[in-house]
Parts: sequence; C-alpha cells; structure tokens
Amino acid sequence: MLQKVPVTAELAAAALLIAWAIAIPAGVLAAWRRRTAVDYFASAGALTGLSIPNFWLGIMLIYLFAVHLHWLPASGFVPPAEDLGRNLKSIVMPAFVLGVVLAAFVMRQLRSSMLEVLSADYVRTANAKGLGERVVLVRHALRNAVIPVITVMGIQLGTLLGGAVITETIFALPGLGRLAVESIYGRDYPMLEGVVIFSAFAILVINLMVDIVYSLIDPRIKLAGGTS
Amino acid sequence: MSLAVEALPGLRRRPAGRRGIQHLARRFAHNRLALGGLILFVLILLTALLAAWIAPASPIKTDFGAYLQPPGPRHLMGTDELGRDVLSRIIFGARASLEAGMISVGLGIAAGLPLGIVAGFYRGRLDDVLMRLTDAMLSFPQLILALAVAAVLGPGLAKAMIAIAVVLMPVFMRIMRAQVLTEREREYVDAARAMGAADRRIIWRHLLPNSLAPIVVQGSLNVAGAIITEATLSFLGLGTQPPTPSWGSMLNAAQQYLTQAPWMSFWPGVAIAVTVFAVNVAGDGLREIWDPRTR
Repeated sequence: MLQKVPVTAELAAAALLIAWAIAIPAGVLAAWRRRTAVDYFASAGALTGLSIPNFWLGIMLIYLFAVHLHWLPASGFVPPAEDLGRNLKSIVMPAFVLGVVLAAFVMRQLRSSMLEVLSADYVRTANAKGLGERVVLVRHALRNAVIPVITVMGIQLGTLLGGAVITETIFALPGLGRLAVESIYGRDYPMLEGVVIFSAFAILVINLMVDIVYSLIDPRIKLAGGTS
Repeated sequence: MSLAVEALPGLRRRPAGRRGIQHLARRFAHNRLALGGLILFVLILLTALLAAWIAPASPIKTDFGAYLQPPGPRHLMGTDELGRDVLSRIIFGARASLEAGMISVGLGIAAGLPLGIVAGFYRGRLDDVLMRLTDAMLSFPQLILALAVAAVLGPGLAKAMIAIAVVLMPVFMRIMRAQVLTEREREYVDAARAMGAADRRIIWRHLLPNSLAPIVVQGSLNVAGAIITEATLSFLGLGTQPPTPSWGSMLNAAQQYLTQAPWMSFWPGVAIAVTVFAVNVAGDGLREIWDPRTR
C-alpha cells in the first residue's frame, strides 16, 4: 500500500498547485471588483466547478485531449524518476480534474474573506497613505484573507483524497484511490479498511501541519504550550 | 398553565409565523439566480415524476438494429451500445439521482437530528460519547467512507442511499447540537421551564422550531453533494444496477465506447451538472436569506 502513496501525493500536490493558480487570482479579482462582470463571471464559474461531476470532466478531457487531439496520454502513469516529461504529461489531466473542484471551494472562501478584509481599517489606512492598489491588495489584504482559506483547504483534503479515488480510476493511475476501488471489486476488505484508515490518518497529520503553518504566517496565532 | 404561556408576548409557539415565512420567501424571490435554480430544480423534479409520459421511448427496451447511433432526428441524444434511446434513459435516470439526493439527505437528518438534540440538551457523558463518535466519523474523507460503507452493504440504489446517509448523519448531528446548545440558554426556554414545561415540550415546541434554519440550509446544499456521490457510486458500479438507468451508471457503460460514441458520455454528465447546479444555486440563496451577515 505504501508504494501507492507517492503517486497519490504527487497527484494531490499538482492538483493543489492548479487549484491555487486558478483560485487566488479569481478570488482576489472577484472581491476587488465586487458586483461587476468579473465578479459574477468568477462566482458563476466557481458554482459550475462545484456542480460538474469530476469523473465526467475527466472523461470529457480524455475525449478532447487524448482521443481527439492526441496531445496527452489517455491513461497510465510514468514515475518521475523514469522520465519527468512523460510523468508530467500523465499527471496534468488528472491533476486538473482534481484541482477544479478544489479551486471552486478556495475561490469562494477567498472572495468572502477578501471582502471582509478589504473593508478593514488598515486597508483604508494603506489606501490613504497613497500606496499603490496592487500593493494594498496583495501585501495587506491577501495576506490576511488567506488565513481562513488555509483552514478550508485543510477541511477539503478529504475531498481531495475522495476525488483521487475517481481520477485515479479513470486515468488508471496506480495510487491509493485506485487501490481502494480495486479492493472493493476484489472483495479485499482488509485492504479497503487499510486504505480508509490510512487516508483518515493522513488527513489528521496534514491538518496538524496546517495548524503549524498558521503560526508561521500569522505571528498572532500561538500554538498551545507557547507563551501567549 | 399552557394558556398563560401562549398569552405571553414573545413566547408564541411559532416565532417565525406566517408573516416571517412570507418575508423570507420574498427575500428569496428577490435573488433571481436562486429563484431560477429553484424553478429549474422543480422542472427536473417534474421530469422525473412524469418520465413515463415525457420520454419518447422505453429506457430499457433494446434495439440491436440501432445500436451506437449518433444523435439525430429519431434519437435526439443518440443510442447506446444496446440500441436504447439515450434521451429516454436520461429522463428516467433523473429518478435515481433525485431519489438518492433527497432520500439520503432526509435519512441523514432523521438520524442526526434526534441524536444532536439529545446531545445538546442533556449534555453529560452521553454528549461526550456521541461527539467523539462524530469526530471519528468526520475524520474520514466523505467519499471514501461512503465507498467503504457501500462496498460492505453491496450494490444497489437503496444501499447507496444508506451509505450516503451514514456519512451525512454526523454533519447534521453536529449542527443540531450546536443550535440546541445556544438556544437552550435563551430566556424563552427559562421562561417555559419556569412555567413548568416538561423537557419534551421544551424540545418539541421551542428548541426544534428555532433550530431548524441551519439544518434546512445545510440539507439543501447536501442534496447537491448527495446527487454527485450517488452518481459516483453508480459510476463505480456500486449504486443503481442495470438495466435501471441512472446518470452515473450510464457514464460507467459509456466509458468503453468513448471513441465510437462520445454522446453516450456527454449527456449524462450534462444532466448531473445542470441538476447539481440548480440545487447549489437554490441552496446558496437559502443560505443568504438566513445568514445574518448578508442581511
């Protein structure tokens, strides 16, 4: 089972990267240009992302990029140690499928916490000082708005692992999720139990790490036991 | 005694009386997107109920003379590998999805609500035990837990619904407990108790009606998630079983014919996405009218 972990970990990391890359600009823009076309477009996009079943998105991408355009392999996995280029090619579609749902969650959370932060006094002060809009937006607002977003990310890790079951099955990636599905088909319940418990454990550990990251981003948050 | 309770202002049985509900309905209707979502959802619901009259063909009758036909005038969405009309299967498939979405959430609420009330109202050892139990259940990824429960129960739509309900139960339990914890400290509960109301009366007449709003909001959003989960389980072969059509199992079969018959994969996904979108939008609208921050 442990051999399968790196595949899922790579997939999850790539999905996370894609999710951030979509969600941060979208969330910031939507909050900054509130109640404009940009905001409505981004918010509707997020809702759509939440509504599209990821296995269907995966199948459609396979049809477009593998069957139709022959740009990417339809399925299979190449370890990064063997051939990094082909590894990336085999991971990009599944990671995108997995990242879209996450991006939708993150964008919605980021938008609402940005809205809250943008009406705070220190943002008004920064604007009054004559700082450029971009500096205020990124240095002052985004940095503070990102904290609740990280909490949501921690909670959504379960979604990520659950989504991995689907994407790994569709794209034939030899990861944890596919192992779970195969053990269901093979009625290998001890193995299924192992995967389920391992995934819960992984989530707990990562959430603990998230808590630690907090205290690094926001000096105001102290972990219990420290001097507060 | 009960007369006196009724006579006191602010102690009425229904704090959000008819006028309150009308006010909420007007706020909801004002949000055009949410209203549109609700109307769309009702239309899909009607389609599912009237499937036998709407569908142009039988969803399960096979026609080997017309297998894998592309969309055309005779079959608007084409036919599948057994010559069945895809449009008719989509229309009938709405039943499985909506049933799964609504019944599994209903079951989750039915199981979670009483436990949440008991935990929040009586506190103590029982509360501790129940809360640690929900902690344990919530630490599993939802889909993986549903998958495991469904795998143990075996394939079938009813079993898939139970699996989804099991996963949702702790969520509702948590919300209800939190609501009861805050409501039970309110003055009106003290007043009712001072009047000699029994626990049962306090729970049914006071706590339950005042705590329902977040359950309704969470429930409506969970219907969307439950529809996707059912489709996912069916896609993996654990939900609805052939020949009964469901959007998830249609996608499962369609995957093998992706190169020859992409329309078989396309339409079920669109159906799921549109339905879930409608529920999400309506649920968002509900959340907004009840969320004091957005008022």
